[in-house]
Amino acid sequence: MTVPLSKSTPPLMEIHSLTKTFPVAQSLLSRWRGQPRRAVQALTDVELTVRRGETLGIVGESGCGKSTLARTLVRLYDADRGSVRYGDLDVLSLRGPALRQYNRRVQMIFQDPYSSLNPRMTVEAVLREALSVHHMRPAAEQPARVRELLQLVGLPPEAAGRLPHEFSGGQRQRIGIARALALEPECLIADELVSALDVSVQAQVVNLLLELQERLDLTVLFVAHDLRLVRHISHRVAVMYLGRVVEVSDTEAIFTAPRHPYTQALLAAAPTLDPSRRTAAPAITGELPSPLNVPSGCAFRTRCPHAFERCATERPALLKLEDGPEVACHLYDPVSTAQATG
Amino acid sequence: MTTMHSPALEVAVRPRRRMPKATLLIGLVLLLVLIVAAIFPQYLARYSPTDFDYEAILQGPNAKHIFGTDNFGRDILSRIIYGTRVDMQIAIFTTLFPFIFGTLLGALTGYLGKWSDAVVGRIADLVVVFPFLVLVIAIVAVLGPGLNNMYIAVSAVGWVSYWRLTRGEVLTQKKAEYAQAGRVLGYSPSRILLRHLLPNAVSPAIVYLMTDMSLGILLGASLGYLGLGAQPPTPEWGVMVADGKNFMATAWWISTFPGLALTLAGVTFSLIGDGLADALRPRA
Repeated sequence: MTVPLSKSTPPLMEIHSLTKTFPVAQSLLSRWRGQPRRAVQALTDVELTVRRGETLGIVGESGCGKSTLARTLVRLYDADRGSVRYGDLDVLSLRGPALRQYNRRVQMIFQDPYSSLNPRMTVEAVLREALSVHHMRPAAEQPARVRELLQLVGLPPEAAGRLPHEFSGGQRQRIGIARALALEPECLIADELVSALDVSVQAQVVNLLLELQERLDLTVLFVAHDLRLVRHISHRVAVMYLGRVVEVSDTEAIFTAPRHPYTQALLAAAPTLDPSRRTAAPAITGELPSPLNVPSGCAFRTRCPHAFERCATERPALLKLEDGPEVACHLYDPVSTAQATG
Repeated sequence: MTTMHSPALEVAVRPRRRMPKATLLIGLVLLLVLIVAAIFPQYLARYSPTDFDYEAILQGPNAKHIFGTDNFGRDILSRIIYGTRVDMQIAIFTTLFPFIFGTLLGALTGYLGKWSDAVVGRIADLVVVFPFLVLVIAIVAVLGPGLNNMYIAVSAVGWVSYWRLTRGEVLTQKKAEYAQAGRVLGYSPSRILLRHLLPNAVSPAIVYLMTDMSLGILLGASLGYLGLGAQPPTPEWGVMVADGKNFMATAWWISTFPGLALTLAGVTFSLIGDGLADALRPRA
């Protein structure tokens, strides 16, 4: 399991009101008619702090914006507004060499082991390219470093001369990890690292990530929809719903005492093998609203069993509760509790 | 979790490369024959391709002239052999420039998208609304007949197919995660485009290049037939077919054997194209 983390670890990355929309393609006719351009709300005012050395799990249903968040943080997408601070860097305004330098420190591992490797490049070529572009090693030392990286991710040295199609999905994810590690990053963003793999292989790859984190002192953002996996690997967990962070807390707190109604519903919906915990009633009702048309106020109010008036009019901010967790829900806001009871 | 978790992974041994198919092998052998004929016609042909021999006019195939002679007494076989060089030249020069230009442009506009893609797309539309041969003939007619002008005309029209093929392929490839990984790894756009996307996007264009070479030879033959391509007395297969048209009823061999040579060259490039299509497909 995860290594305990001291409470006072300094923040590595601070994300403030990060917002990203994707405009929907519009026909010339509707543009001419002056209809407003519609946009998918992928991220709305995301607030999140990543601490140095921790594993932060990011969970949510598909379409909740967790992959968009990961891709925005490595600058694959340009955010609409908000800020990301990494040390003393203003990440969203980096360009050219400064951006390359940032990307060297913050690397990403991709979801699909079959398309994340160039099918025409041998493993050695893949790793050496990363080493040369960032001048990590002189050419003479690269072969040795390649073997070292392969050993680090548990692949035999013979793997160097082979092409991606000669490997299984799990082995390819190891190559993807090695490629990211070639740049000696401080922070790894793993976007659905194992969701394309067989369950038996998932554990191997996840455990590899845990070991590497410990050995190389990495900070890991683990984006996933598999709650058991996230519980296994994360120090803290952020729960996202329709582009918003609704709850951030220590892993155990999230799983044993979830605060946000959505977190509660999500955990209740997870299948369990324990018959005594099986329930017949659906944990969550209704359909996920379209991200083109996000409900006013709290995005979850249309499916929330506790929704009241204020939820429709005012968007709940992420509040830090006294015992630690941060929750974006009016139920935990003293103002509305007073209103509801009084 | 303190011990290194590294299960002894065995890298599955799969065949490194598929054997090239028979079609590719046959195609390459035929190509070798064509290349030898193009480079060393003087060692293969018994007669001069251009000298008249008024004592051997319109002879049918016989021991001295296996494919017969034409109305000037020139040996058909020798002319076919010397014609190989001209026709190979046509095959290469009618396709190479369109291939290079079209492929690079397709990669570039496919990658950059936006206005560059729109502008080149409209120019391509402009070219394809005219029937290919009509446009080529029109351009050659303006520039004047001759091989060099034919190459210019074909290049001005032919790049569109390569542009389309490569552009579409790059559009697909740039969505693949390895292209995005390249960006996150801090690779420059030119490195991503030239080292990662292009090698994965160029195979359809290469396969098409082979088909296009046989089409190029036919085009050269057509223009030669119309008097717009190679000029007499240059031995060129299309011109030779045209020369024989008045003697079809009496001396069938004048047109038939150069026609068979054209067919053979066409088959050669088609076989290679077919074989390459298979050999270049990336293994998943």
